[in-house]
Amino acid sequence: MLARPMKLRLIDAINVVSLWAEIFSWWSEVQMGPPDPILGVSEAYKRDTNPKKINLGVGAYRDDQGKPYVLSCVRKAEAQIAAKKLDKEYLAIGGLGDFTKACAKLALGDDNEVIKSGRNITVQTISGTGSLRIGANFLSRFHTEARDVYLPKPSWGNHTPIFRDAGMQLKAYTYYDPKTCGFDFQGALNDISKIPEKSVIMLHACAHNPTGVDPRPEQWKEIADLVKKRNLLVFFDMAYQGFASGDIDRDAWAVRYFIEQGHNIVLSQSFAKNMGLYGERVGGFTVVCKDAEEAKRVESQLKILIRPIYSNPPMNGARIAATILNTPDLYKEWLGEVHGMANRIITMRELLVANLKKEGSTRNWKHVIDQIGMFCFTGLKPEQVERLTKEFSIYMTKDGRISMAGVTSGNVGYLAQGIHAVTK
Amino acid sequence: IMSLFGEVPQATPVAVFKLSNDFKEDANPKKVNLGVGAYRTDEGQPWVLPVVKKVEKIIVADNSLNHEYLAILGLPEFRSSASKIALGEDSPAIQENRVGAVQCLGGTGALKMGAEFLRRWYNGNDNTKTPVYVSAPTWENHNAVFANAGFEDVRPYKYWDAEKRGLDLDGFLGDLESAPKHSIFVLHACAHNPTGTDPTHVEWMQVAEVMKRRKLFVFFDSAYQGFASGCLDKDAWAVRYFVTQGFEMFCAQSFSKNFGLYNERVGNLTIVARDSDNLKRVLSQMEKIVRVTWSNPPSQGARLVAITLNTPELFAEWKDNVKTMADRVLLMRASLQAKLQALETPGTWDHITQQIGMFSFTGLNPKQVEYMIKERSIYLMASGRINMCGLTTKNIDYVAESIHETVVNVQ
Repeated sequence: MLARPMKLRLIDAINVVSLWAEIFSWWSEVQMGPPDPILGVSEAYKRDTNPKKINLGVGAYRDDQGKPYVLSCVRKAEAQIAAKKLDKEYLAIGGLGDFTKACAKLALGDDNEVIKSGRNITVQTISGTGSLRIGANFLSRFHTEARDVYLPKPSWGNHTPIFRDAGMQLKAYTYYDPKTCGFDFQGALNDISKIPEKSVIMLHACAHNPTGVDPRPEQWKEIADLVKKRNLLVFFDMAYQGFASGDIDRDAWAVRYFIEQGHNIVLSQSFAKNMGLYGERVGGFTVVCKDAEEAKRVESQLKILIRPIYSNPPMNGARIAATILNTPDLYKEWLGEVHGMANRIITMRELLVANLKKEGSTRNWKHVIDQIGMFCFTGLKPEQVERLTKEFSIYMTKDGRISMAGVTSGNVGYLAQGIHAVTK
Repeated sequence: IMSLFGEVPQATPVAVFKLSNDFKEDANPKKVNLGVGAYRTDEGQPWVLPVVKKVEKIIVADNSLNHEYLAILGLPEFRSSASKIALGEDSPAIQENRVGAVQCLGGTGALKMGAEFLRRWYNGNDNTKTPVYVSAPTWENHNAVFANAGFEDVRPYKYWDAEKRGLDLDGFLGDLESAPKHSIFVLHACAHNPTGTDPTHVEWMQVAEVMKRRKLFVFFDSAYQGFASGCLDKDAWAVRYFVTQGFEMFCAQSFSKNFGLYNERVGNLTIVARDSDNLKRVLSQMEKIVRVTWSNPPSQGARLVAITLNTPELFAEWKDNVKTMADRVLLMRASLQAKLQALETPGTWDHITQQIGMFSFTGLNPKQVEYMIKERSIYLMASGRINMCGLTTKNIDYVAESIHETVVNVQ
């Protein structure tokens, strides 16, 4: 080892800098990450100068003027919070208690036996993504009997990388039927019946992303039955409660039914869409346990998982959500506003189909109305999508998915024109 | 039915939070909490900075603002102004377009993102065997952050000399010399947590020289900029020096303490790369990691900090607020040291005023700490670390007397 004098002269520092200034970089082998397919759509849209352009890639609600919508109950909650002059002390690792309790009640119902017996643990998370990630990490660490997570085909694009990064393996079960643009119920049952015991099965609670295709209640019942026979661990992703049908309880029906049937599920919730709190990152992760004692153990381990990622969650959004959920007037107003958003989406679906008929389209567009939630799997093929973008400046993802939130009474006519033109 | 989680063991609680819990449950009216690291006023209360209150009002009144998603890497005006705070307004690296940043969930989130990136892309691909060195002692979460990112070999580097109650420079330099090439070193930019002991400028220069020669990776943790000396630039000296030395490096910044925004989780991972091309590729990969962890960061805190840093009058007011906090801490240090000297408490207590920042490593041993907690209801970490912010003009006599009594009666 070189002996070096411990005193450093200025001239040494300068020489060393010039030597260092030569090319060496730690990162020369770092590849350029592939562009995000969904973000890419928005970026291309921004660059387009066509005044008639429409952005149907956006996964955020827009009002009938195409503008972001801050809920009135949110503004009111913010004003209430501001008046309280609260401090900014760290939240507990598991988050704001007022929020997590209300979050669980919203999903499971006020009088749910699970909550009453204290056998759920609900932690505040960084919106839906953060919730899924914590869930994936938890399963990866503690659900050692099985490494496989079964996603519906297709599923939200980010599910796969999240679970993979957490160390789980991804498999799929049949879900969407491209022939009917609907639910392939038999296909799903067939695939589910073959899933090895104890595997994790991901179910979208409502408003399936990206297809908008949800099982009907009687179909959910059969799925619940089969899943129990196969002894699978159910992971519900509920990112659109209230946003799908306009009714909070109706959208949570599947989650509640499964629990009633004895499934001890894990559940991710997001308040990004139903409260319009996208950028505030409000979410919850729930584990339904055998009993309160188990819930305490699970809670302690969730904290151990959370601490090395971000220590404790952000206050602002959770405080807003808690205020809304726990203040009767605001809660009522919120239900109305969620209903309003869901209604506008449903109306746009109907308008789109009506306009397509008006354009003279003879194709079956029933699925546009049958599907539910923010997204619609149009059934358009990639070449058709490309034409729509190039010739009409209508932007959507290659799989033919459109965000109904991007449709307005002002642009639905033009949209129908474009779709008809590329499909006739 | 057998539970899938029947075998999940009860985890031991995180020490610093358990301490706060125990403090809360203590009925002794004289109790003092010298545990968790948050600023307190002389009334022992949390302090929302006046400038923060002002900016919150601005945000609430601005109807053009909404709650839409931020970009994956965060709010651009936050990221760039935060990096400027660390590296200096005139940083040549910034002018050369080779500085980028990722807005993260607090300082923890910034460390996490940096750790995840390094595990995937540094020293090969997915090289989990690259040693990560953290100071002995260090913030207890450092170990977990890097271990959870996949690093198999997280080790201590000599730092604190318990006997002389100061920096073990020879030990530190020795560990730098013997570390495997390309090892990652987590350096505390200022106000070392938990010891409050920072290297001097000359000592930092020596550290830098070895790190450069031995090709060690520089990962700064900067959680107290401004809070240590009261001056932002002074507290950033080490970080800026390393930049002038040409290092490619990471700096995890927290705005929890210096903005008092603890619960809004405002952090920034500043990245200094060789050039803009390398930077671009690094940021593109950071996006992938962010996407599978939290998708995009929370907007409220970042907005608040960005508005403050980018508005001259507000920026000046913020610096003033920071100085207020730092000055109170310095006052408490001087007071405590003076009182212990006046009491003629056995031992030397100069380290209390020599150390810097929120924390002081008192030198009390675990038995003495237990005595302080059980007999005097004064809560501090088992390591002997105290949060100076927990001291007030009203409780400092009680604390000084308690330390005196403890040192005299418990060995």
